[in-house]
Amino acid sequence: MMIPKLMQSLVLPVAKTQASRRQFMLGALAAGGGVALGYHILASSPAAASDSAADGNKAAVFTPYLTIDSDGKVMVLSSQFEMGQGSYNGIATLVAEELDADWSSIDVRGVAGNVKAYGNVAFGGTIQGTGGSTSMVTSWERYRKAGAAARAMLVAAAASEWGVQPAEIIVENGVLTHPSGKTGGFGVFAAKAAAMPVPTDVKLKQPGDWKLIGNAKLKRFDSARKTNGTEQYTIDVKLPGMLTAVMIHPPMFGAKVKSFDAAAARSVKGVVDVVETPRGIAVVGEHMWAAIKGREAVKVVWDETAAEKRSTPELMSIYKDLAAKAPAAIARKDGDIDAGFAAAAKVIEASFEFPYLAHSAMEPLNAVARKNDDGTLEIWGGHQFPDVYQTLASQIVGTTPDKVRLHVMKTGGSFGRRAVFDGDVVVEAVHIAKAIGFRAPVKVQWTREDDMRAGRYRPSYVHKLKAGIDGDGKLVAWSDHVVGQSIMSKTAFEGMVQNGVDPTSVEGASNLPYAIPNQTVGLTTTEVGVPVLWWRSVGSTHTAFAAEAFIDEVAEAAGRDPIEYRLSMLEPQSRHAVVLKLAAEKAEWTKPLPENRFRGVAVAESFGSVVAQIAEVSTDGSGSIKVERVIAAVDCGLAVNPDQVRAQVEGGIGFGLGAILGEEITLTAGKVDQGNFDVYSPLRIDAMPVVEVHILASTNPPSGIGEPGVPPIGPAVANAVYKALGKRIRVMPFTKTLNA
Amino acid sequence: MVTLTINGNEHKVEAEADMPLLWALRDLVGLTGTKFGCGMAQCGACTVLLDGAPVRSCQTLVGDIGNAKVTTIEGLTGKVAETVQTVWADLDVPQCGYCQSGQIMSATDLLANNPKPTDDDIDAAMTGNLCRCATYHRIRAGIHEAAKRLEA
Ligand code: FES
Ligand code: FES
Repeated sequence: MMIPKLMQSLVLPVAKTQASRRQFMLGALAAGGGVALGYHILASSPAAASDSAADGNKAAVFTPYLTIDSDGKVMVLSSQFEMGQGSYNGIATLVAEELDADWSSIDVRGVAGNVKAYGNVAFGGTIQGTGGSTSMVTSWERYRKAGAAARAMLVAAAASEWGVQPAEIIVENGVLTHPSGKTGGFGVFAAKAAAMPVPTDVKLKQPGDWKLIGNAKLKRFDSARKTNGTEQYTIDVKLPGMLTAVMIHPPMFGAKVKSFDAAAARSVKGVVDVVETPRGIAVVGEHMWAAIKGREAVKVVWDETAAEKRSTPELMSIYKDLAAKAPAAIARKDGDIDAGFAAAAKVIEASFEFPYLAHSAMEPLNAVARKNDDGTLEIWGGHQFPDVYQTLASQIVGTTPDKVRLHVMKTGGSFGRRAVFDGDVVVEAVHIAKAIGFRAPVKVQWTREDDMRAGRYRPSYVHKLKAGIDGDGKLVAWSDHVVGQSIMSKTAFEGMVQNGVDPTSVEGASNLPYAIPNQTVGLTTTEVGVPVLWWRSVGSTHTAFAAEAFIDEVAEAAGRDPIEYRLSMLEPQSRHAVVLKLAAEKAEWTKPLPENRFRGVAVAESFGSVVAQIAEVSTDGSGSIKVERVIAAVDCGLAVNPDQVRAQVEGGIGFGLGAILGEEITLTAGKVDQGNFDVYSPLRIDAMPVVEVHILASTNPPSGIGEPGVPPIGPAVANAVYKALGKRIRVMPFTKTLNA
Repeated sequence: MVTLTINGNEHKVEAEADMPLLWALRDLVGLTGTKFGCGMAQCGACTVLLDGAPVRSCQTLVGDIGNAKVTTIEGLTGKVAETVQTVWADLDVPQCGYCQSGQIMSATDLLANNPKPTDDDIDAAMTGNLCRCATYHRIRAGIHEAAKRLEA
């Protein structure tokens, strides 16, 4: 993949200064200075918010973080992109809390183009982005301070208007009052307040005074619009004269257009143009159906010289061979692994296989591009890495990034798919607009097949694990060899790959919490022409499975209870131990289950949070299983929106369960076999278990929650299935073992 | 040119007979609440009512509709539908929300025909509606809650 120069300079400084991804995430939790970074912008460039015309009746711009209109409507300007995970709601909660706003007057819109204000502090602050479950991490101080500053400005405006002391003014539910009887809503003072100096030393509320933060009864501000069809996604963008394009992508990764014949397509009613772009052929129509029909009539000859032509069985056998050899790089080394195994009374081994997985968000990828008469470019889309996309787009049209205006749309899911280094569908839209001479705005809309076959999958991996226990069953040696593609090498995040170790390949394996004296985690990175990407919970999608399923095997070999065994290797007060005990208590682990019910446990840390899950499965005697109930215990620091933490864990469990039960992307001679939901099968409602989520009370700053619900579900279910059927699941998806 | 009755209004649309209703609704009529997810009757995001019965609009051709009345999420009315919509917001069922027009269409149809559905009834009726955010736990709870409120 080609990395544009500008993008490198945009991103690499972050990567270079940080030793590991984990460190840059967790570092942010601790770094007060870093967290305040965006906040200094409050005082320096309030006009940077722009676009306040869109925010209602004479919206006054307070800071880059919010506007208030003359009706008192508060528009929170979110640096974090909304794909369903509730970031907008969380950020709105932080602002509304400190602002003492009326929750029903809050709205949120995504913003971009001001990295000083919107840079993700968890990514070092130099790039805006949504990922790694960091939205609350990066927003926690920034948006509370923004709310508090705006509140102080409103108070100052009212005080001067009324000729009273600011300290005498009370703010509640979007209304300012003075004991003298004077009263007025935010809207009355918004214009005047926005002109006041921005205070730099605002005091934040004490937790005891919070009304919204941590309030389990608070409802999402955006649910109603998602029940009546009015929520606007990228697919819904409609501009005057807009055309719709569909792509013909190469049938194999790395293939290129040799020639194409579009004569027949051009005569299809509604087809406007057929153009070549660096990413394939685009069929441009008056509407989606015309473009789809036109596409069927295009003939393309491909140059497959450089294409990846291998099939899944061949790749898997290469991976398995590599896994049996010594790892190419070492990610963790404790003690003396050889001595550990030599001294062990019993050694067990197991290999685990993981397929490629597609994100398959419900809204297939799309973006809209328009070039205006003044030379500026506008792009509507799910801009998960907006600064990167702005830069890339400016290069395509030969302008500067400041001439590219991004409209950050809400999207029907993402799960990591819209956070790409090369702009993907976003640059595709710009390429098509350019290829038709910018004569109309263009929406490029992928079909489900385009979306599923475009790559950027969760990489396929093989894990080879080996454990040694002593005569007392104590785990004395543990090795895990991970084999698979790197997500970050050859991208703008290349600098994160140190000593041959891409941290996203081994996270969850190299930070195993158990006290094991001799431990090695090795990595062999493979080169395959299939583009890969982060997929909800990234490395922990496979590392946690391998580790937590194998620990169960070790516990069995040691003749110990799986929870008791794990606890014996954890400090009693550690976060892992605490959530394990909480889950065990809520699931009544020590009590026998009804007939035909079996349970399994797993615990995993990801994105600063620790989640334990106990899964209960039932069998019908025919060898098939059903996951009936999952009890989750969660330590995600302070839960800003407890009900949304619950929702993310419920959804994470469903997302992860679907993958391990039945999802798999395979290749035959380089071509992706799956194209739609008839053969690629995410979880459906009939397989959804009852989910109980228990959130640990915590005073630590918020950590991730969009992803951490995913990793434990696979191994917890696999461990329960073993109890039920006596079969160890080591090859994903489960159907391979259960139907075998 | 085809005439369609959508949400009680007649629309003359410039569509060939083989155009799926989904694209006619979205691109020609401008009703975007009905969503595209798969284009092959696998996800339910495009569900609309045709003479009151749920159909996948991606597999319903404009030329086959005739005089049948189309109801989209924008035109969904009545006690059952409104209760479902209210409960959906009260329970914060949606995450990204993209699938929810379809979920609400199917849930409304289920409750209209079966006022007290069991979990199995719900699974059977809703299994054609994918939710990649996996909001299923709350969809189930939402249908039970709506049934309860409708009974009261
Ligand atoms: S778009 Fe019609 S069922 Fe998926
Ligand atoms: S709420 Fe996102 S797909 Fe259902």
